[in-house]
Amino acid sequence: MIIKVLGSGCRNCVRLEENTRKAVEEIGIEAEIIKVTDFQDIASYGVMSTPALVIDEKVVSSGKVLKAEDIKEILEG
Amino acid sequence: MSGVILLFLLEWLNAHLLKMEWLNNLVAVLVKSIFGLDMNSRLGGSIHFFIYDVIKIFILLSVLIFLISYIQSFFPAERTKKILGSFSGITANILAALLGTVTPFCSCSSIPLFIGFTSAGLPIGVTFSFLISSPLVDLASIILLASIFNWKISAAYVLVGIVLAVIAGTVISKLKLEKYVEPFVYSNKMLDVEQEEMTSRERISFSINQLGEIIKKVWLYILVGVGIGALIHNYIPESIITAVLGQDKWYSVFIAVLVGIPMYADIFGTLPIAEALVFKGVGLGTALAFMMGVTALSLPSIIMLKKVVKVKLLTVFVGIVTLGIIIVGFLFNSFSYLLM
Repeated sequence: MIIKVLGSGCRNCVRLEENTRKAVEEIGIEAEIIKVTDFQDIASYGVMSTPALVIDEKVVSSGKVLKAEDIKEILEG
Repeated sequence: MSGVILLFLLEWLNAHLLKMEWLNNLVAVLVKSIFGLDMNSRLGGSIHFFIYDVIKIFILLSVLIFLISYIQSFFPAERTKKILGSFSGITANILAALLGTVTPFCSCSSIPLFIGFTSAGLPIGVTFSFLISSPLVDLASIILLASIFNWKISAAYVLVGIVLAVIAGTVISKLKLEKYVEPFVYSNKMLDVEQEEMTSRERISFSINQLGEIIKKVWLYILVGVGIGALIHNYIPESIITAVLGQDKWYSVFIAVLVGIPMYADIFGTLPIAEALVFKGVGLGTALAFMMGVTALSLPSIIMLKKVVKVKLLTVFVGIVTLGIIIVGFLFNSFSYLLM
C-alpha cells in the first residue's frame, strides 16, 4: 500500500503526515508513506486544497487535516 | 413604532455582542481593583486595552470562525471551479471575487488552486480575482471590522475589496498575459476529484477543526497586533504618528502601503493596529491601506506565485494590486467623514 501526503510544507500538511504515520503504526499495516511537495505532482491529482491524502493513487481527502482516528477508519474500511 | 424598537434592538446587539461594552467595563474593574492601576495612566490604559481587546477578539473569532466555516463547507474549491466554468467575461471575475470571500482557503493552497483553475480552462484574470479577494475580504474580518469601527466602514471595505479584485483580474485578462504563465500549468492533466457531500455531523466536525487550525495559526499575530495597538494607544505620542501617517500628509498612504506589503501577518493581527492608528488621528484610508497591503500581498505569497507565473506577469499583478490599494487609501481618506 502506498500512501501519499500531498502538501507543500505548511503546518497543516506536516500535521497530516504525522497523523498518517500514527494511524499506520497503530493499525500495524505495511504501508509506504510518501510526502509529495512538488506543485506539479500535487496538481496532477486534481487536488486544489492542501493537505490531501492519496491511498494507492486514489484521492481520499483534500483540504482537511484528518485526525489519526479518521485515517484509521479509511484504512480499515 | 416597531421600527424604533428594531433600531434600539440592533443598537443594543451592536453594543453588547460586537463592541462588548460589558467586557470593556469588566476589564476596567479588573484593572482598577486587582492591578490597582489608574485607567487614565499609560500603564493602566495599555493593560486595559490589551486584555479587553485580546479577549474580545478571541471570543468573536471563535464564534465567527465556527459559523463561517460551516457556511464555507458548502463551498469547497472544487465546486467553485465548476461554478466559475459556466461564466465568462466580467461576470466570471465578479463571481470569482465573491466566491473567493467564502471559499475556505489556506494560502499554501494558492498554487495548487491556481494550477487547478487554470488547467480547467478558467481565464487567469478570473483566477487572480479569486486569489486577490480571498485573503483581502474574509467573512470573519468583515465582522471584526464592524466591531472595531462600524458597519458602514465594513461594508465599504468589502465593496472596495471586491471591486479591486474584479478590476485587477479584468485588467490582467485584457492584457493577454497568458503567455507568462509557466507552461506546465496548462499541460496539467486534470483529474476531477469526486466531492462527496458532507453530512451535518461532518460539517460540524469540519468547522471545529477549522476553528482549532485557525486559532493555532493566528493567536500569536493577535497578541502581537494587540500589543502594538496598545503601545500606539498609550505610549507613542500622537504628534509622531500624525507626522508620519497623518491624514493631511500626502505620503501617509504610500508609507502605509510600503510598510504593509512586504510584511506577512494575519488580518486579525492588523485590525487592532488599524484601530489604534485611526484613534490616534491616522486617516481611515491610510489604516485600511496598511491592512490591505499586509493581507493581499506578502513576500511568502509572491515567492510562491513565482513558481507558476513568470516575472512579467507577477510584476503586473503586484503593480496593479499595489496601485489599487493606494487608490483605495486615498479614496477612504477623502470620504471617511461620510463613514465615521
